[in-house]
Amino acid sequence: MRRVLGLLALAALPVAVLAVFFVLPVSGMVGRGLWGDGGFAPGQVLEVLGRPRVHRVVWFTVWTSSVATAAAVALGLPAAYALHRLALPARRLVRAALMVPFVLPTVVVGVAFRELLGESGPLAGLGLDGTPWAILAGLLFFNVAVVIRTVGAAWEALDPRPAEAAAALGAGPWRVLATVTLPALRPAVVSSASVVFLFCATAFGVVLTLGGVRYASVETEIYLLTTTLYDLPAAAALSLLQLLVVTALLAVSARLRATPDATVARSVPRPTRVGARDLPAVGVTLLLLAYVAAPILTLVLGSLQTPDGWGLGNYRALGSTGEGSALLVPASTALVTSLRTAVDATWMALLLGVLVSVIVTRRSHGRAERRLRALLDGFFMLPLGVSAVTLGFGFLLTLGHLRSSPVLVPIAQALVALPLVVRTLTPVLGGIDDRQRQAAGSLGAGPLRTLLVVDLPVVWKPLLAAAGLCFAVSLGEFGATSFLARSDAPTLPVVIFRLLGEPGALNYGMALAASVVLAAATTVVMLLVERLRVPSTGAF
Amino acid sequence: MRLRALTTTAAAAATCLALTACSLIGDPEPEESSGSAGGGGGEVVLVTHESFHLSDELVAAFEKESGYTLTVQAAGDAGSVTNKLALTAGDPPGDAVFGIDNTFASRAIEAGVLAPHEAPLPEGAEQFRLEGDDDHLLTPVDTGNVCVNIDTTWFAEHDVPEPATLDDLTKPAYADLFVTPGATTSSPGMSFLLATIATYGEDGWRDYWQRLLDNGAKVVDGWEDAYSVDFTQGGGKGSRPIVTSYDSSPAFTVSKDGATTTTKALLDTCFAQVEYAGVLDGADNPEGAAALVDFLVSEQVQAALPDLMYVYPVSDTVDLPAAWARHAPRATDPLTVDPATIEAKREAWLRDWSDLVSR
Repeated sequence: MRRVLGLLALAALPVAVLAVFFVLPVSGMVGRGLWGDGGFAPGQVLEVLGRPRVHRVVWFTVWTSSVATAAAVALGLPAAYALHRLALPARRLVRAALMVPFVLPTVVVGVAFRELLGESGPLAGLGLDGTPWAILAGLLFFNVAVVIRTVGAAWEALDPRPAEAAAALGAGPWRVLATVTLPALRPAVVSSASVVFLFCATAFGVVLTLGGVRYASVETEIYLLTTTLYDLPAAAALSLLQLLVVTALLAVSARLRATPDATVARSVPRPTRVGARDLPAVGVTLLLLAYVAAPILTLVLGSLQTPDGWGLGNYRALGSTGEGSALLVPASTALVTSLRTAVDATWMALLLGVLVSVIVTRRSHGRAERRLRALLDGFFMLPLGVSAVTLGFGFLLTLGHLRSSPVLVPIAQALVALPLVVRTLTPVLGGIDDRQRQAAGSLGAGPLRTLLVVDLPVVWKPLLAAAGLCFAVSLGEFGATSFLARSDAPTLPVVIFRLLGEPGALNYGMALAASVVLAAATTVVMLLVERLRVPSTGAF
Repeated sequence: MRLRALTTTAAAAATCLALTACSLIGDPEPEESSGSAGGGGGEVVLVTHESFHLSDELVAAFEKESGYTLTVQAAGDAGSVTNKLALTAGDPPGDAVFGIDNTFASRAIEAGVLAPHEAPLPEGAEQFRLEGDDDHLLTPVDTGNVCVNIDTTWFAEHDVPEPATLDDLTKPAYADLFVTPGATTSSPGMSFLLATIATYGEDGWRDYWQRLLDNGAKVVDGWEDAYSVDFTQGGGKGSRPIVTSYDSSPAFTVSKDGATTTTKALLDTCFAQVEYAGVLDGADNPEGAAALVDFLVSEQVQAALPDLMYVYPVSDTVDLPAAWARHAPRATDPLTVDPATIEAKREAWLRDWSDLVSR
């Protein structure tokens, strides 16, 4: 009984936050659609779900997200290995660089991709512009970093001895990978894949910009239904469908994630020298790097072009409010706002994320308790799978005077980042042998001290990785932020979007320059995090 | 070892916080809107779309003249602003609204979003009033036309005669030269669709679009995409010299000396757009909202509109900027569609349009 009470006490804060800032707005919006003008009408939901257009939209969402997720895992795994287990030169820089796409606003990446793939771009010959392949390329571009990051952190913390033992017993490298390493990494792989799938399924800008409005996903359809057509019953039906799919996906991934044995090591192996058999992995990493670099290079080149030829004019202009003062505040002020907001969003997401991770990974006594933990685990993933439009309109509808508070911005960003924290921490925390905690307890350590000496040393690195991810997510978040940010305190992505929408060559150049600055800021933050990942053998 | 790890972390955390001025939920600005001493006081919240923009001087002028503090909440486009207000009718997230346009006006009125307010209209503005708005719910503030724009230098270089009408766009000479933002995703895109509906009628527009698409017209997501990426005179190096934009756009492609411009709006293809402001029903501060609406149609704001929001004022007594007067002539008789018809048919039109485009 005391255990369950303790569990509930730990869960109280995260559950309350999610209830107020997620459950309430979303159910408000869905309820508004279901109880439209003429009372409760669930039949309307069935009618909407029966429309052929809705079938097309759902099928398109499912297949693009599945293919993009598969591709992200297939390419992310070798890169995670190469960047986290091999002694590659400049691997910290490469790791940080691969994170950059994750924070770039989709509008900017869309423009960059289209300048590459479009009719007058250098890759026009591929004929990808306006096809589903362009959308897939965009989804992969944004999400492969999630796999590299999550799996890489787990791979680094993996005890090398079982693999060494298998090798000593005569298993070849592929056999070791298939029978020892991959099974041990399964929780991390499944975690990152489910997160990537949700990101892809709720992608908005990529589908619109790269698909050339010919393709509609569930997310873009909800946007159209809510903001243009004002068909709230149909939007509610699709939101419910999203929730249902997310719940099903989480149930499946929870099953796949379950791992029987504890495999986290206290000691972390040193990166190994690159051997001949590592070449495929290194090759994939280089390929990914080139793939990520191409659109970013387009941005950099574009940002250096001014009406008077090459130069830094666009960057100097960032201190101003643009041509015809297109902005309310200079872009440089917006950068500071972005960084401040990111700090808040990061600590919020970490606080909630650590609580949630601790709750869901502690060994359960009895089935009911295990169920409860699994339920909580899934609950906190939900924000990833629900349309930002539904959430944003729901805020307006249900939050009363809080709806115009500036605090909403970091909170919304933290909710988006929270699942990433949980997914990064739980595989590692779950891998800690509970007997270590029991041993610490029997030697006289209290719960707090147990946490410090058993959990923290193992979780330390993934925690920093998660902090970096949160910071990056917050820096790049556009959907919810554009809806909630106050006009006098916009973040940098909001400013970039605005600059792109204004006429004038300087504004366009400034938008590109601001994107480069955002990318650079991310790289610096990620490098800082990499620095912080102190060699932890014996630390603490 | 342990100590070093701790100091590194602490140092990095400190740097990070210092860089970002320690925002642990800090609102750096003091609350300005607290006190209300005497008659005009307190905060006026303006709900508007993301293209809204007032200069600091104008905001200061309003706050000084009226005694209210102005807070602007700008997000989304005209459609999302209207729907946001329709959703919260009676308990609005602000006091006044700006940016409901003629394509969404009927919805706002039907949803009971607005309260009556008769603003003193400047000369020439009467013609922009919404037809049938006898209660003075909406006040016209600015007008702009969505027109097909062409890159005149391209046509001169390639020795192709310039197109002039919507019909021209379907001719073989202009195959693969036109790019437009989509009607479902962009408000200028929607206006262009309405221009074709106004020209070819409710029965003929689908046929026109089929011919347009068969002639290689490209449909992209937003205006910024069409103009910046695909148009030959945009920021990038596009390959299409015909684009859907505004009648004011040529004023932004003017040469350094201001003598010439490289683009031109085709004035027979323009769809009229009027943007309205209004007092929200159930506002906390209806007096402040009324003062703000009056301010938006005042001489000083009207004169500043072209430079701030790239639109024409409704007042005909203010002077236009030099580049506009010279290079961006206004369509005298733009195409229109009755707002009530738009509201009734929008969904069906957009659905048909989507089917045509994604076929």
